[in-house]
Amino acid sequence: MNRFAELLDRLAYEPGRNNKLRLITGYFREVGDPDRGYALAALTGALSFKHAKPALIRDLIASRTDEVLFGLSYDYVGDLSETVALMWPKRVVYDNQSLLGHPSPPPSPARGEGAQRGAAQQTRFKTDSSLASDGRTSPTVPSPLAGEGQGGGHSGRDPNESIHPSNHNNPPPPTLTEVVTTLRTLGKTELPKQLERWLDELDETGRWALLKLVTGALRIGISARLAKTAAAALGDKDPHEVELIWPGLIPPYLDLFAWLEGRADKPVNRDPAPFRPVMLAHAIEDADFAALDPADYIAEWKWDGIRVQAVAGRDERGHVTARLYSRTGEDITGSFPDLVPSLRLPGAIDGELLILREGRVQSFNVLQQRLNRKVVSPKLIKEFPIHLRAYDLLGDDENDLRELPFAERRERLESFIKKLDDPRIDLSPTVPFASWEALTAARADPASAGAGEDADAVEGVMLKRRDAPYLPGRPKGQWWKWKRDPHIIDAVLMYAQRGHGKRSSYYSDYTFGVWTAGEGGDELVPVGKAYFGFTDEELLQIDRFVRRNTTEKFGPVRHVVHEGDKGLVLEVAFEGLQRSPRHKSGVAMRFPRISRLRWDKPPKEADRLETLERMLKAEAAEIEV
Amino acid sequence: MTRSDGNAAYIAGMRPQDILLPAAAGLCCKPGGFHIDPVRPVERAVITHGHSDHARAGHGAVLATQETLDMMRLRYGENFAGSTQAIRYGEEIRLGDVRVKFHPAGHVLGSAQIAVTCKETCIVASGDYKDASDPTCTPFELVPCDVFITEATFGLPVFRHGDAADEVRKLLASVALFPERAHLVGAYSLGKAQRVIKLLRQAGYDAPIYLHGAMETITHYYQSRGIELGELRPVKGVKKAALAGTITLAPPSATSDLWTRRFPDPVTAFASGWMRVRARARQRGVELPLVISDHADWDGLTATIGATGAGEIWVTHGQEDALVHWCRSKGLKAQPLDLVGYGDEEESETPVQGEAEA
Repeated sequence: MNRFAELLDRLAYEPGRNNKLRLITGYFREVGDPDRGYALAALTGALSFKHAKPALIRDLIASRTDEVLFGLSYDYVGDLSETVALMWPKRVVYDNQSLLGHPSPPPSPARGEGAQRGAAQQTRFKTDSSLASDGRTSPTVPSPLAGEGQGGGHSGRDPNESIHPSNHNNPPPPTLTEVVTTLRTLGKTELPKQLERWLDELDETGRWALLKLVTGALRIGISARLAKTAAAALGDKDPHEVELIWPGLIPPYLDLFAWLEGRADKPVNRDPAPFRPVMLAHAIEDADFAALDPADYIAEWKWDGIRVQAVAGRDERGHVTARLYSRTGEDITGSFPDLVPSLRLPGAIDGELLILREGRVQSFNVLQQRLNRKVVSPKLIKEFPIHLRAYDLLGDDENDLRELPFAERRERLESFIKKLDDPRIDLSPTVPFASWEALTAARADPASAGAGEDADAVEGVMLKRRDAPYLPGRPKGQWWKWKRDPHIIDAVLMYAQRGHGKRSSYYSDYTFGVWTAGEGGDELVPVGKAYFGFTDEELLQIDRFVRRNTTEKFGPVRHVVHEGDKGLVLEVAFEGLQRSPRHKSGVAMRFPRISRLRWDKPPKEADRLETLERMLKAEAAEIEV
Repeated sequence: MTRSDGNAAYIAGMRPQDILLPAAAGLCCKPGGFHIDPVRPVERAVITHGHSDHARAGHGAVLATQETLDMMRLRYGENFAGSTQAIRYGEEIRLGDVRVKFHPAGHVLGSAQIAVTCKETCIVASGDYKDASDPTCTPFELVPCDVFITEATFGLPVFRHGDAADEVRKLLASVALFPERAHLVGAYSLGKAQRVIKLLRQAGYDAPIYLHGAMETITHYYQSRGIELGELRPVKGVKKAALAGTITLAPPSATSDLWTRRFPDPVTAFASGWMRVRARARQRGVELPLVISDHADWDGLTATIGATGAGEIWVTHGQEDALVHWCRSKGLKAQPLDLVGYGDEEESETPVQGEAEA
């Protein structure tokens, strides 16, 4: 458990993706089965046990510490698990009598003889033996200054001092496996006692990790995908391979690690409805078209929804199991129970999740009302009816179609959707075109090129090679995405903040604003934050500008000059707008990034809030039902 | 001298506050005619240690250990005080109506607790202290007294610092894991930096250790006092690629600024007792927090307070409330001592408000 805690601790501070991978892979290499398997399960969210409530943790600490001291500490630290982990006292018999009554100790060691004398006598034997078994010996290098001062000082923390409550002692701390397997079977009434025992046995980081684990709040910025990628790296395997067999695996993944370490064959995925790693497209650049022949490609609309894989398969007893996966392989079936009954034909559809009202596709803002919901209420289902628009077929019953060329899969898809005949699932139409000019025209005006009333939910076109097999990842030259031009506004840089990791010495996070009428004339109101889109060279330029034009500093944030004739105008590109009561301006941007630096433009000529509000009005009616 | 029972002092006719009293310039000893660690220029100053919030320039006469005087000279120049007098640990001198004796505080090289005795009453002004082992300075010495003046920098039970050697092992493990990256360790330039270097050497790390320019003077002074720190090199002028896999010590403020761009993909570490609290570490953008403190932690503070046998405790700079509460719950007379101006050693090095060198 302590080693796993150390990993979590380090991951929580590490900003870089590659470094996170290195840390996790390093852990898998170093730690044996089954601990590492349970660690992988914890990181991928695959552990299931009843979580402990914060109130239980509070009760535990209240039974061990002074209420006032806990209150002051909690105020200071701000996080319950961390406060408890840090101040958890060892089960030591303290001398509770008044210190006043004691004769003064002789002028040597501060510890072990004075305040904790009673405790020292009772625990000395145990402590010494634990110290030896721990292999922890305090360095006894003589001070270079020894002899210079007068004798009588004690030499640092001697072994007797391991009664010091922050030193851990026996019994040995639990392994991660012990914790996970115990939690699975433990009754509710036994939990407090068990937790208390573990808290006694673990070190600070261990206690912190344990409390995060049992309260179900790891939150260390690791996606399931990243953890699986780290596991794959252990055996130099493609993460897609792990993804492919993942749904059939269960913690502690002994078979997975055996395969990764070359000790066994690849585990077979017995899941009747497994996820298949998705194929992704490259963004097309103007220069790319010259080398491409329109006749080699099929075009479709690019829908502004959620890419999903809808899989149905028969289990051993012949029952159909249906699952919905995100593009990263996350099982999101639970969020869309209304789609499940429609997935009754065994097969694997690649398509887009959309909201349809009266046959018309709604904008992404509307779809967003269905995302990240803990509870999917009947009301939500009724007001935001889910729909699947299919554009590829990866499997048809028992047949894997991924080796087939796209044109052939498309034909199979068309007959599959026809056979399914379900109002919730339809076919994403192709966009006929004979030349790149014709496709350019269609992309500029989807409404008159076949998208009709759904045109607002089109965010560009997709180009797929007729002969392309379905390949995992982002293979070159097979699929292209040609997005609609983003919305653009000119905004003024208002505040800058240092980035993280590699960028920690750069002001790379920018808050920008647009003009609006204020009490004393026009003023800037912040409308968004962006931290990418610029080139490395542009980052250096903005960083220099921020340093030279800071008017105030608030901790890590710099207030950068922004007046009518002084300041920096940023061209900001974004995909959409949403009303947001959390922002002063009342709007929030989707996917904002810095597209250009407008050194040429005086701030007073930047855009106004009214421009954004006009864009909002068009969408507002759709969300409020 | 009297022991443990503070009341004996009153019977002798001298209240502790008649001996030492907080004043605008710092802790004032009227019967002795001096201030301890004054924050403003005074005629006669008695100084516990060389950190700039305790040792300031411009006093008339200064009494301190040789190391503290040397460090003040290195920082402020030859004329930092009208006159100076060096005192050794264990040495006692008479100042006015009181006797003053210096004892090791274990905080940094030359740091001292100052025992002030008047008639039968002994007050120990401990300055900053730690009871944990530190190979770069004389260990803390427990001084029995009637009134103990303790710092409370880490005066909350969440601050428990553990073994500094473990933290250094963590640093070395990271260097081994990321051999192509540079490791930048933020550490205060007086005391912490040298302790980290020494701990690295004790852990078997024998490669050259690089120093930020601001670290050099004091570090060389430590070496001149016989503290072996192995091969140290200035980082200035070293090629970026050559810094892969190396360890560099720098003042904390430098580890998050332009200066870091000379390093290949640096891992930012910070050696400080504050690193015990995650939010503190994250707030500063630290990737590798190292809990290494020059101050006593909660267990150290409470154990020391108990062991002095003092019946009355005055608590200053830091988390006074919690420590005063603890003392009272143990039946000790305790009060916060209203002193201002401490906790801002290395002005530019402490961007986070209220964060003492630690």
